[in-house]
Amino acid sequence: MSNIETLVKDLVEKHGKSRNSLMPVLQGIVKEERFLSEESMIMVAKELDLSAAEVYGTASFYTFLDTEPRGKNIVRICKTISCHMKGKDEIIEALESSMKIKVGETSHDKKFTLLTANCLGWCHKGPVMLVNDVVFPEITPQKAIEVIQDYAKNSK
Amino acid sequence: MSEYLVNLKVNNIAVSVKEGTTILDASKKLNFNIPTLCNHPDLSVAGNCRVCVVEVKGARLLAASCATPVSEGMEVFTNSEKVRTARKHVIELLLSEHNADCTKCFKNGHCELQDLASEYRVGDHVFIDLVKSKDKILDISSPSISKDDSKCIRCQRCVRTCEELQSVSALAVVKKGDHQRISTFMNKPLDEVVCTNCGQCINRCPTGSLTERTYLDEVWNAINDPSKHVVVQTAPAVRIGLGEDLGYEPGERVTGKMVAALRHIGFDSVLDTDFTADLTIMEEGTELLTRLKRALVDGEKVALPMMTSCSPGWIKFQEHMFPDLLDNLSTCKSPQQMFGALVKTYYAKKKGIDPKNMVSVSIMPCTAKKFECGRPEMRDSGYQDVDYVLTTRELAMMVKQAGIDFMKLDDEKYDSIMGNSTGAAVIFGATGGVMEAALRTAYEIVTGREVPFTNLKIMPVRGFEGIKEAKVMIKDVKPEWAFLEGAELSVAIAHGLHNANELMKAVRAGTASYHFIEVMGCPGGCLGGGGQPIPTSPEIRQKRATAIYAEDEGLPLRKSHENPEVAQIYKDFLGEPLGHKSHDLLHTHYKERKRY
Repeated sequence: MSNIETLVKDLVEKHGKSRNSLMPVLQGIVKEERFLSEESMIMVAKELDLSAAEVYGTASFYTFLDTEPRGKNIVRICKTISCHMKGKDEIIEALESSMKIKVGETSHDKKFTLLTANCLGWCHKGPVMLVNDVVFPEITPQKAIEVIQDYAKNSK
Repeated sequence: MSEYLVNLKVNNIAVSVKEGTTILDASKKLNFNIPTLCNHPDLSVAGNCRVCVVEVKGARLLAASCATPVSEGMEVFTNSEKVRTARKHVIELLLSEHNADCTKCFKNGHCELQDLASEYRVGDHVFIDLVKSKDKILDISSPSISKDDSKCIRCQRCVRTCEELQSVSALAVVKKGDHQRISTFMNKPLDEVVCTNCGQCINRCPTGSLTERTYLDEVWNAINDPSKHVVVQTAPAVRIGLGEDLGYEPGERVTGKMVAALRHIGFDSVLDTDFTADLTIMEEGTELLTRLKRALVDGEKVALPMMTSCSPGWIKFQEHMFPDLLDNLSTCKSPQQMFGALVKTYYAKKKGIDPKNMVSVSIMPCTAKKFECGRPEMRDSGYQDVDYVLTTRELAMMVKQAGIDFMKLDDEKYDSIMGNSTGAAVIFGATGGVMEAALRTAYEIVTGREVPFTNLKIMPVRGFEGIKEAKVMIKDVKPEWAFLEGAELSVAIAHGLHNANELMKAVRAGTASYHFIEVMGCPGGCLGGGGQPIPTSPEIRQKRATAIYAEDEGLPLRKSHENPEVAQIYKDFLGEPLGHKSHDLLHTHYKERKRY
């Protein structure tokens, strides 16, 4: 069995075979793999006896269930109105030039993917950056670069 | 639904309806028309298009009448100024995301959104076009179905059809907000996914987003080419559906007028798929009896229950979903393909036509037949057996393009040979019809007597119940069928792939003990096929079924084995059912396809 096959089987074992398990199973895969590959969605469809299109439809609805390959660390900058007014464009510009990638891209060493996000619920402390599950409120361009450099050092 | 009655007023008129009735249905009862787009009588409630909004006294917001049940004392206004303005805005918003190039659209004149825009006199752009046309995708990968996202209003009728009626779910709602689309797994082309080509989505699409792949130009070109002999065959369900697109009410039988129209259009031979439907009964009936003999007498392991193979949507469904049961499918080709194989061999020889110069066209109530005729297995005549398949709807377009006043045509008869048929063949067009036709013949072969049902009407296999069952006791058999003496033949019938799926699960689990199963891919059978006139509903399909059974009763011959042209083809050409020549021309095999 491939790694992904084992992962899906384990997740289905844990959450059950009902339709309700689709979300936790998909989330479990993303947690390990960073994204949902075609192969993994087919595995889930088979295990839960759903159509592949239904699995893809659910996955593609949610921003945090990616269907494209992502780096080890996913950096998201809130793009909605409060953070926009507090200068999210400067943060993005700083990160794009320091990480040498554009929004939507993944670095060559596969360590980072840079994305934007819809409202993260931190409007009172914008602009906000999210790295994986960790929130960095009231971020400045300089601080953002430092945070990313720390992640780069600590993730082999 | 409960029996408790709820009293309400619609446009100040009092009405009592059963608890649970929607405002839409209560209003309909008073003959107040409310426009709908996402709502459909065959599908669950979605409530997403919002054109059916109405005003409910005391409520802050307008309510979607298709999704709101009535309540006691409710006062509804279906056509107030507020409602009309809101509806107009809804239509304008839908149009702002719609490629409204109506004059070039295949659905021009048959589009529910176009009708509404016309009714509400929608004018210049009020809203900015939100979704840019470059994001829209046209998928013509399938030989049966064309999918144009630029015309989609995301009502999701197709998604619900594919899931609820057909248990296929090739289509799903993908992404959200202004990126939302109706798409397939990983946005793959339709011909790479589990789509069965049944076309039920087309029958329910309110716009021109989902249509059949049309081959009208190819067929006109063939007719206009003097070096070609163009042969046309017409499926059983076309004659009771075609009228709907040419000015008649549902349920009108237009067989004779259709034959006349086909001659006017310029087809060189006007023949009938019903002939090969009769032939199918001879081949499939013999196949069933042979399988039973091998199982019961020879003790062989034979795949039972045997399943019918006339419906190409059902065949592809089985290849994707139940590949372990492919041996249960009858090896008989569908009547269309039997016809195709014979027309370029037997017919060509009898008429002295070089098959190289023949173009074989079929008129079908079906979109899956467009896929079927291109299957690599369907070239046993040495040529592609059927060149082009047109739907009932496309034939109606041809009739109009030919300038024919259809209603004024005199009835004409099919050409011979391969134009004669029996009532048993006509009922192929309704769910249960193949089973009834097979029983009429098989019972008589085995016992020498007619089936023990009044006027040959085998009522247990008729009707629109999802899965029907019947048992026929076989007694006093002829000596050569002694092994069937006292046996009870057990049969089942499913229509629509959702019902087929349920039945197949039972067969796979071993909880169903039938000898013979008929499955038709579309709700109601071919009369509700994906190539039939739009709209469709349970009431319309019922009227078409009544017409089919009336056509059967009106024919002098009603048992396939009594068709003189069938007797003739076995004598002159085929030899015997399941014989060597039949095997070469009339039978086929199936292949496993991926579900994922």
